[in-house]
Amino acid sequence: MARMLDTPTPTPASTPTRRPVSTAAPTTAAPRRRLLRQSAGRQHHAGPLTYVLLGLAALISLFPLYWNLVAASHTGERVVEAPAPLLPGPRLFDNLAFAWNQVDMGEALVNTTIVAGLVALSTVLFSTLAGFAFAKLPFKGRGALLALVVATMTIPPQLSVIPLYQIVTDLGWVDQLQSVVLPSLVAAFGVFFMRQYLIEALPVELVEAARMDGAHSLRIIWHVVFPVARPAMAVLGMLVFVQAWNDFFWPFIALTPDGNPTLQVALAGLGAGNHTVDQAVVLTGALISTLPLLLVFAVLGKHIVGGITAGAVKS
Amino acid sequence: MATSVRATSGGSPPPAGLRSTLYRLDLKAVPYVFVAPFFLTFAAFGLFPLIYTGWLSLHRVELGGSAQWKGLENYSSLATSEFFWNALANTFTIGVISTVPQLLMALGLAHLLNYKLRGRGFFRVAVLAPYATSIAAATLVFAQLFNTDYGLINTVLGWVGFDPVAWDSSKWPAQIAISTIVTWRWTGYNALIYLAAMQAVPQDLYEAAALDGASRWRQFLSVTIPSIRPTILFTVIVSTIGATQLFGEPMLFGGSVGISGGSGNQFQTLSLLMYEKGWVTGALGQASAIAWVMLLLLLLIGGIQTLITRSNHKRKKSGS
Repeated sequence: MARMLDTPTPTPASTPTRRPVSTAAPTTAAPRRRLLRQSAGRQHHAGPLTYVLLGLAALISLFPLYWNLVAASHTGERVVEAPAPLLPGPRLFDNLAFAWNQVDMGEALVNTTIVAGLVALSTVLFSTLAGFAFAKLPFKGRGALLALVVATMTIPPQLSVIPLYQIVTDLGWVDQLQSVVLPSLVAAFGVFFMRQYLIEALPVELVEAARMDGAHSLRIIWHVVFPVARPAMAVLGMLVFVQAWNDFFWPFIALTPDGNPTLQVALAGLGAGNHTVDQAVVLTGALISTLPLLLVFAVLGKHIVGGITAGAVKS
Repeated sequence: MATSVRATSGGSPPPAGLRSTLYRLDLKAVPYVFVAPFFLTFAAFGLFPLIYTGWLSLHRVELGGSAQWKGLENYSSLATSEFFWNALANTFTIGVISTVPQLLMALGLAHLLNYKLRGRGFFRVAVLAPYATSIAAATLVFAQLFNTDYGLINTVLGWVGFDPVAWDSSKWPAQIAISTIVTWRWTGYNALIYLAAMQAVPQDLYEAAALDGASRWRQFLSVTIPSIRPTILFTVIVSTIGATQLFGEPMLFGGSVGISGGSGNQFQTLSLLMYEKGWVTGALGQASAIAWVMLLLLLLIGGIQTLITRSNHKRKKSGS
């Protein structure tokens, strides 16, 4: 539930205001898509200045990540020496081995993978079920309940951490991964995201036809909803995974660096400490926490970009 | 089918009747079963804690101890606490200097990405890369880059002839540094959301504007911006909510004095103050009061934004 606002919401707010300016104003989705494709051809070509500015933006975006790698490949003394190093040094693998064995970033990596994997799986499953119900099943109170789902998105996590911490303490769950997984089993954002997708993607006739054939709801879910929803489920799964991987506030409270930390908690333990700490090791930890997601982005980048933008306009 | 249930209700229902009962039960109950996990999770981990935090805020309570009724005392002591007002002001200033440039830059970046480009995919993934970085990792890297003695940013400033800036110990530089981390992480993400909205703007609007002799810049101001205004409003709301909750960036940027937001509380935010009250001082009642003040603030901001949107709508309607 924490930080669910980080992800894009397919909100109605994202619909562009369409004004009846031209007589060719598109009315249905299909002609509009055709129009978009045509207009893409008429799009202006980028000039050199555009490339310079975009190159600058890419440089600013990527430089801190590059420098993280540089810092993780030097000794602690070299990192804190002016001027800071700009080129990779020889100690990357020593630092990695040290961070892995001495400060247990390896254990944190496993914990984070478990947490993010469970949270992503359960959020995708429950969001698809709820999204399907809100999109296609008639039931009493549907509108009000949906409004409630959306409203919960604005509640900051700060409002629940104190009682949550007491509950977790009472149950003896401090340092147990379930204290981080359970509150995030499903997110309002996911429910809304899947609803928006299924409203368009799943023809109600398909559901009705399955019912006519005598299929009960579970069969319909398995044989009709899941296959149709699969692309959106994949996108949602990636977004939730990234978010759960990077979540900080609640895990920092529920887990301690010495107990069963996720990567972010372990990193906070490394970094928030005293000045005697080896900065090269701290930054190697940061690298270990960032690298897996960056690799995922490098491989699936296009799909993630597509997912974020689809989430923003589809409404 | 509906009548078959009634007809067989005398004895034990034959399979057909049972099936239709099940069928109707399936139809009626299943939607609630499907939405139940969300509402159960929310009730247990969202709603109950929210209300309980409100109850705690009216008490004096320490972890593990029993609660003592205090009425609104926690709130009134906040009103007279300079730490609270300092944290509130910091949350506001850091919020403004991180949100405003971030969204303006995202708009510009989206506009650039909307051109027909070579290497479009690369640029999009590159500007989104910071989104893959966690608060903790990003802040630890930037804390090194902003280091007063050996950080690269002061080195570069030195080349251009500036004196080194004390990024951690002076108020405004520290707040700017923290805002930089937030802006770095979120600009590309917002740019992609704007880009998606821009691509849905009908092309004929631009053609009409071009026929009227509008320059490229004029078109951006008069066609693009108004067309994506709902998306802009959405990002403003989301960024504002995010800025109100700022915690990890100031805490980790401050290193050993992070929880108090620097040695002079110069970048202590409301979330940090809440954490300090609750987990360092152990005053859970006061921490709860701060949490509820944050909720009230968000409601206030939301209300103001709704009013602005409404009056805009009215203006547009009366104008046309």
